[in-house]
Amino acid sequence: MAAHPGGMTAVAPSAVAPRAGTAASGTVSVRNLIRSFGPKSVLNGVDLDIAPGEFVALLGPSGCGKSTLLRALAGLDHDVRGSGVITVPERVSVVFQDSRLLPWDTVLGNVTLGLREHDAGSRARKALAEVGLAGRESSWPHELSGGERQRVALARSLVREPQLLLADEPFGALDALTRIRMHGLLQDLVAAHRPAVLLVTHDVDEAIALADRIVVLDSGRVARIRTVSPDIDSAADAAGHEALRRDLLADLGVVGTTH
Amino acid sequence: MSAAPVLERPAVEPHLDSDPDKRADVRPTGKRLGPGRRRRFAWLLGPVALLALWTLTSATGILDPRILSEPWTVVATAGELIADGRLQENLAISAQRAGLGLFFGILVGAVLALLAGLSRVGEALIDGPVQIKRAIPGLALIPLLILWFGIDETVKVLTITLGVFVPIYLQTHAGLRGIDLRYVELAQTVGLGRAAFIRKVVLPGALPGFFLGLRFAVTGAWVSLVVVEQINATSGIGYMMELARTYGQTNIIVLGLAVYGILGLLSDGIVRFIERKALSWQRTLAG
Repeated sequence: MAAHPGGMTAVAPSAVAPRAGTAASGTVSVRNLIRSFGPKSVLNGVDLDIAPGEFVALLGPSGCGKSTLLRALAGLDHDVRGSGVITVPERVSVVFQDSRLLPWDTVLGNVTLGLREHDAGSRARKALAEVGLAGRESSWPHELSGGERQRVALARSLVREPQLLLADEPFGALDALTRIRMHGLLQDLVAAHRPAVLLVTHDVDEAIALADRIVVLDSGRVARIRTVSPDIDSAADAAGHEALRRDLLADLGVVGTTH
Repeated sequence: MSAAPVLERPAVEPHLDSDPDKRADVRPTGKRLGPGRRRRFAWLLGPVALLALWTLTSATGILDPRILSEPWTVVATAGELIADGRLQENLAISAQRAGLGLFFGILVGAVLALLAGLSRVGEALIDGPVQIKRAIPGLALIPLLILWFGIDETVKVLTITLGVFVPIYLQTHAGLRGIDLRYVELAQTVGLGRAAFIRKVVLPGALPGFFLGLRFAVTGAWVSLVVVEQINATSGIGYMMELARTYGQTNIIVLGLAVYGILGLLSDGIVRFIERKALSWQRTLAG
């Protein structure tokens, strides 16, 4: 376990979670997280737990602080003021909205970036095959479509066998058809690798399709937590699906939407 | 598919008129506003026209040979100078000066840019002095350099080096500073160490800036060369031209200009070729 002590109430990592013997457990815990940009406070005391292998969607309108929360979990908020205690597993991968591939490196070079193991190459090839990009190892990123680039980004995050996968609107920039295909791919990959997932999205249908649990964030607080029943995607529970969708839209303050 | 003989009938050819010119091609046409399709070697038109004008005015006597020698005289002069070895000799010494100056300039510029681009202390120490150096015209330093180093080869190479390192430094430093913060975040999330971060992210990201600086530097090296050879030299293309001036030999002066022009074009072409190979990952409008 690695802990990012949250700014003002800095706690020595060993005091929160001893490193030894806990790496196997992939529990995520966030306690009383506060973050602010100047006078504007973005997170006002967020508590969140994610069990190993659990898929949590973080849903909320723009500016509700969902990306700030994800960046705090990823340890990317060095210069942001705040407090709170965050505990994350040792191996964390991040997928951004933009694929963030290094344009000067090949697809394979991008996937192996930062891997130190001697079998990095073969593992990266395997990961690329998993996302359906076998044979594209020596392509340049600009030769790929947007969906393909995002698949490379998925391969890059999964080749590290993360215990926690943080995804910040990973499909937000893709067209609707590609997005649906990517949902299927992500589900398969998560089923195969079993990381805990925190998916930031503002798409209600995406959250329902993918998550076990949906956390609605509003004005920097957890406004509501809704559990998604496992058979919600089957045709049998169309009514349940529709009800959940309506409830979530109401949580987000969108009312009277008939789909 | 022997089991399904029905499928084996000949495929129906799509019907097309045999003469492509007779195929209908009716489309609404708007006025094209762009400059139109690019044609190969079109860039040669201007230089060739200029050459033709020069030849024509020389042949008809409109252009006095004392003002500007005839093209054929310049070609003949080149032949004579090559025959007695003077052109090659002077060209070799000039190329050596430019090459050495360029080499040291690139080295100094790149090292300083890395020091300033990768550490705040380095930036605080290096960037100011380089900006001050940039504000002083390079040629204004020549009197001081001559006092310090005399008039031997050192001062010539040094003058070129001083002219070369500035664009290399400026563009490389800008390239280093301009690396997208998103890639820095990515490097953190994939757990790159500092050395790997510099090797995988910083240096490749700064390479386009370095090459831009290199193109300025190569042109600048020739400019500095001309100046040092015309001010204090006893050899080189610039000296050859300066000597020709005292004897009123416009043919040699024009030949020297032509040589400088060819060298400049050639070296820029080489840099662009290397740049295209090294930056093959880049997709730009130039293609």
